[in-house]
Amino acid sequence: MKSKLSRNLYAIPYALWILIFVVAPIVLVLYYSFFDIEGNLSLTNYINFFTPVYLKMTLSSFWYAFLITAFTLLISYPTAFLLTKTKNKQLWLLLIIVPSWINLLLKAYAFLGIFGTYGTANSLLEVLGIGSKQILFTDFSFIFVSVYIFIPFMILPIFNALDEMSPTLLDAANDLGASAWTTFRRVIFPLTLDGVRSGCQVVFIPALSLFMLTRLISGNRVITLGTAIEQQFLVTQDWGMGSTIAVFLIIIMFVFVALTGSRKRGM
Amino acid sequence: MKKLLQAFVPILIVSIVLLFVISSLNSSQGYSSKNKLTIYNWGDYIDADLIKQFEKEAGITVVYETFDSNEAMMTKIEQGGTAYDIAVPSEYMIDKMIQEDLLLPLDHKKLSNLNNIDERFMDLPFDPKNKYSIPYFWGTVGIVYNSKMLGDIEITSWSDLWDPRLKNEILLVDGAREVMGMGLNSLGYSLNDLNHDHLNEAKKKLDSLMPNVKAIVGDESRMLLENEEASIGLVWSGVASEIMAENEDLEFVVPKEGSNLWFDNMVIPKTAKNVEAAHQFIDFMLDAEVAAQNTEYVSYATPNKEALNYLPEEIVNDERFYPAPDLTERLEVYENLGKKNLAYYNELFLRFKMHTK
Repeated sequence: MKSKLSRNLYAIPYALWILIFVVAPIVLVLYYSFFDIEGNLSLTNYINFFTPVYLKMTLSSFWYAFLITAFTLLISYPTAFLLTKTKNKQLWLLLIIVPSWINLLLKAYAFLGIFGTYGTANSLLEVLGIGSKQILFTDFSFIFVSVYIFIPFMILPIFNALDEMSPTLLDAANDLGASAWTTFRRVIFPLTLDGVRSGCQVVFIPALSLFMLTRLISGNRVITLGTAIEQQFLVTQDWGMGSTIAVFLIIIMFVFVALTGSRKRGM
Repeated sequence: MKKLLQAFVPILIVSIVLLFVISSLNSSQGYSSKNKLTIYNWGDYIDADLIKQFEKEAGITVVYETFDSNEAMMTKIEQGGTAYDIAVPSEYMIDKMIQEDLLLPLDHKKLSNLNNIDERFMDLPFDPKNKYSIPYFWGTVGIVYNSKMLGDIEITSWSDLWDPRLKNEILLVDGAREVMGMGLNSLGYSLNDLNHDHLNEAKKKLDSLMPNVKAIVGDESRMLLENEEASIGLVWSGVASEIMAENEDLEFVVPKEGSNLWFDNMVIPKTAKNVEAAHQFIDFMLDAEVAAQNTEYVSYATPNKEALNYLPEEIVNDERFYPAPDLTERLEVYENLGKKNLAYYNELFLRFKMHTK
């Protein structure tokens, strides 16, 4: 009885934390979303959201977030796999993680230089005989830089899942005559699915609301929901509309987490 | 539990010691909260040496904070909890702040250098009789272009930008009023037009500019234009003069259809804690020599007519940055359009940004 009481007491700080920093902001966002720009209680913002402008924006945010997640996964999975095979895997892992300690803004600025007309990337293309191209302010540069930024977040959970896998399972598959591809498809991949899931969640959700890169790297040629929220709050000062977009973003995130959430019970 | 305590107690002790060290260091250098002046200004918008000079002369400690948009500045002052003694908003924002009762009236008797300001910049519609604000800098919005990269294409007006030869060459600034204003001006409408048909027409006109637009960027445009990443940019005059000093091929023009004329003025917000020092600071900045030094650093145009005597001739006589009165007549000052109309401008601008090539 006493232990239960003290357990509840210890839970208070965490409960408070969640109440103040998670629940309260969401409730506030929801509350603001019901006020139009004049401060009247109304549903105009929600009606506004279902106009072609915002629907198109939602779709394109989705599309870009999907592309970013897919490419990140495509690069990260083999990398994580190779990492588990190397000798000093902790060192290699550290080397991959170190760039993520550098501020996002600084990395974005560095890419402005690398992808510029007279930047490193174009000099390389010249040398290769392809000739300089416009790289900055294109879909390619936006996705490239986003993928670069998200890679460590995808590698970590996959690496952990791969690392935890017992090597005896591979031996067993081998002994039972499975080919390398079958082993991967039927043994390795299913066992690391949880890592892939959490990696995708960690990448897809922030990718939906990227707003700084859209301006710096793609010169506002890519408009995401994040861009629109920033503009509504800081420039237009239409907090209601900004909150409404945020509400939809939150809903999308919940749906995404629910869909990709682990289905341990079913397994 | 004991281990936890052993870990926490040293941290606590170190923190307390550090706190004492900081406060004793502060007081030994004469920093005290008693005579403190908090300034809230745009980034990189004052010569930092002048702040030191003021601190020395007046014996006042200056705390300097910066903002990057009028809206962000106003939001912060409106919400309270700040103690800014001086802020430097632009004209339409001053109008808004007066309406919302966020400013303190100035005591002109305490501003002995007020006569240094050119009368052209006094008593403007957004603040009649300068009851709340004193001019700090002024400037225009125009086009900066790289004459070497463009060859024989000459740019004198907004409509020159629609030239099909300029494909993928233009950098726009990420500001609804500037870009929409460009569309409106090119059609011969006012920058403050509220007619929705006119605004939609301007947005359509801008859509047709999209093939020429390389990117819509913020402060990075300085670097991009300087490095010849693009040959044309829509910029504020001060940005232009700054990058023109770095790259000789750059030219600046105020388009002949008209453009925006803006003023940044010093004000004292209602939340000010040290009104006396704020007046002292404004008066200090109005001093001719101080204003001249600041102008050389910031490179926007100064409204201080006495300061012009201390500035090099090539700055003062540069009509691109000190446009003659007949040109300034064609320029328009932004009016405070109200939240609803501003939202409409932003909505159109957002739709323009989403318009694909």
